[in-house]
Amino acid sequence: MAITLTTKAAERVKGFLANRGKGDGLRLGVKTTGCSGMAYVLEFVDSADTSDQMFESQGVKIFVDPKSLIYLDGTELDFTKEGLNEGFKFNNPNVKATCGCGESFNV
Amino acid sequence: MALLQISEPGQSDQPQQRRLAVGIDLGTTNSLVATVRSGVAETLPDEQDQHLLPSVVQYKKDSGCVVGEAAKANAAVDPFNTIVSVKRFMGRGIADIKHLGGQLPHEFVSTAESGLLRIRTVAGDKTPVEISAEILRVLRSRAETALGGELQGVVITVPAYFDEAQRQATKDAGKLAGLNVLRLLNEPTAAAVAYGLDKQAEGIIAVYDLGGGTFDISILRLNKGVFEVLATGGDTALGGDDFDRLIAAWILQQAGIGADAGQGYLRQLLQHACRAKENLSVQAQTPLDIPLPDGGRWQGELTRSQLQRLVEPLIQKTLLSCRRALRDAQLAVSDISAVVMVGGSTRMLRVREKAAEFFGTTPLVDVDPDKVVAIGAALQADVLVGNNSESDMLLLDVIPLSLGLETMGGLVEKIIPRNTTIPVARAQEFTTFKDGQTAMSIHVVQGERELISDCRSLARFSLHGIPPMVAGAGRIRVTFQVDADGLLSVSACEQTTGAQSGIQVKPSYGLTDSEIEQMLRDSMAHAQDDVAARALREQQVEADRVIEAVVAALAVDGALLTHLEREVIDRAVTQLQQLRQGNDHRAIKSGIDALDKATQDFAARRMDRSVKQALTGQRINDFINP
Repeated sequence: MAITLTTKAAERVKGFLANRGKGDGLRLGVKTTGCSGMAYVLEFVDSADTSDQMFESQGVKIFVDPKSLIYLDGTELDFTKEGLNEGFKFNNPNVKATCGCGESFNV
Repeated sequence: MALLQISEPGQSDQPQQRRLAVGIDLGTTNSLVATVRSGVAETLPDEQDQHLLPSVVQYKKDSGCVVGEAAKANAAVDPFNTIVSVKRFMGRGIADIKHLGGQLPHEFVSTAESGLLRIRTVAGDKTPVEISAEILRVLRSRAETALGGELQGVVITVPAYFDEAQRQATKDAGKLAGLNVLRLLNEPTAAAVAYGLDKQAEGIIAVYDLGGGTFDISILRLNKGVFEVLATGGDTALGGDDFDRLIAAWILQQAGIGADAGQGYLRQLLQHACRAKENLSVQAQTPLDIPLPDGGRWQGELTRSQLQRLVEPLIQKTLLSCRRALRDAQLAVSDISAVVMVGGSTRMLRVREKAAEFFGTTPLVDVDPDKVVAIGAALQADVLVGNNSESDMLLLDVIPLSLGLETMGGLVEKIIPRNTTIPVARAQEFTTFKDGQTAMSIHVVQGERELISDCRSLARFSLHGIPPMVAGAGRIRVTFQVDADGLLSVSACEQTTGAQSGIQVKPSYGLTDSEIEQMLRDSMAHAQDDVAARALREQQVEADRVIEAVVAALAVDGALLTHLEREVIDRAVTQLQQLRQGNDHRAIKSGIDALDKATQDFAARRMDRSVKQALTGQRINDFINP
């Protein structure tokens, strides 16, 4: 299994990285939180940790720490527009339930 | 699900708590709102994809007001109730605007006590602060729809020459619009920030701002990240509109139209002139096809060099202001290290050429000159609310290991994740676990593992005085605060009564670097175990909660069940109690589901009964007319 990006997400990430002027790639992760278990983390990476797993999708490097990978394996990251709002969306096959606001999820 | 943005490294520890901040360019002619998303600052459009909001407010007799394009269209029809360029009245008394008074359609009234100015409209007398707040309110709701949340703070830009009263009025307008104004930023400074000039160590920057109706020149000195305004100058009656007027006059002359053509026709001609001017920024010549007042058409052509000849005197006037500003600042042209172009009229190539010639350096024009001020304000707002620690001048220390507290089942809830820069304060709300719980024991721990036994215990304290409530109803807010010296204080506060308790600890006390490293390595090595352990504990806690609720319900309403029904539930409870002792979290989950199913009927009957009890002895009318 692996972590992948859609073409649209990859374009956006490349654009953001170019604009930022530095960064090796993208970090995906999870963090425990109050509402319903887990919440996603989405960050730029300036320096990867030695323990990070690296994936490459559509020319973008994706870094995931081993703890998060258990929850994220098989995830596809997409970029979508909903009305005036736009942003990234995790299509995570591991998710069993999400909370009402959609910020957190359970596996 | 919610859509996410990419954060700077180490900043997304609280994904739900990314603070929404925007920058607002509250302009004389147009206003804009911008924000930073995924590290890129951009202006936010409205539903029609328009970024610019005309700063025009029209008051209606009894239905509030209209802001923007719709109000602008009505300016000619309803001049008394449509306020254009309210910025010119901000923080001004009646005496200040006397010289403008003759040309304005509005009826001004002055309040006796404060000398503040009001404009009479059908909706009542309005202060410039109230009118500006209407514009800000529209931008606020646009930003909140686009970002999907409440704004934590805004930065509003003001001209560098604004005095204290004008600045205070702008701040008040923000407050009236329900905005938390973090800071007012000088417009030229915002433009410089948008170009990243604040990252340089020092230099002298000239900001050339040629808008629709005004021209401003500001000379700034940057020293160790602080901008100082050395001099400002300009012309409040010189802008792109004047260029249009010159072109229109030229067309009148070329087409042989008399100057006595009607007002409506002249306005139409100005629009043609404006379009021709904009075309010449990209093309060397533009064809003209103008309808004549007598119904015919006139066709001609305007070339770039003709336009240059027409507007040359106006551009010269701006350069004169630049020279004066430099003299005020006691600087020579050679001292200027960068020139920033702001305002739509700086798109004209001739303006850029002349500015480059005058300052002897190529002006910065990459950022859209209409948006550059709003973008700079957005960048500043992003730093001020703490989304972008990298730009922070004072990068302090970080905490080495996550800080958290114990929750039911011996699990750790992390409140402040490791590598968070200090000082920091984070709060989280917890609820009571049992019916009638009056106290809560708070166990503060440090570490990366999921179970309390694998983390380091720092302190314990209890919060008393929680009023007895059903489980889950009490809300206890626990705040972790680490000051600049690394001193941790934890406080808990029950929200309904305000009962409070707290403790102070020094978190890294007694831990050596190698111990910290070992704890981190363990957390990686035990990742899989920890996940399983967490799942098991969560199910065990859930099982305990369900069993307790069922037992309590049986004690109260057991009589609702037949002997046989009671037996089924009792059996399910016993089975779950046994499963709970094991370590298969899936089996426990199925036990919980089984018990849940077995008690569904019972729960429904209890519900019916309490509804019946609530209704008994009441008359229908009591419910209809409470």
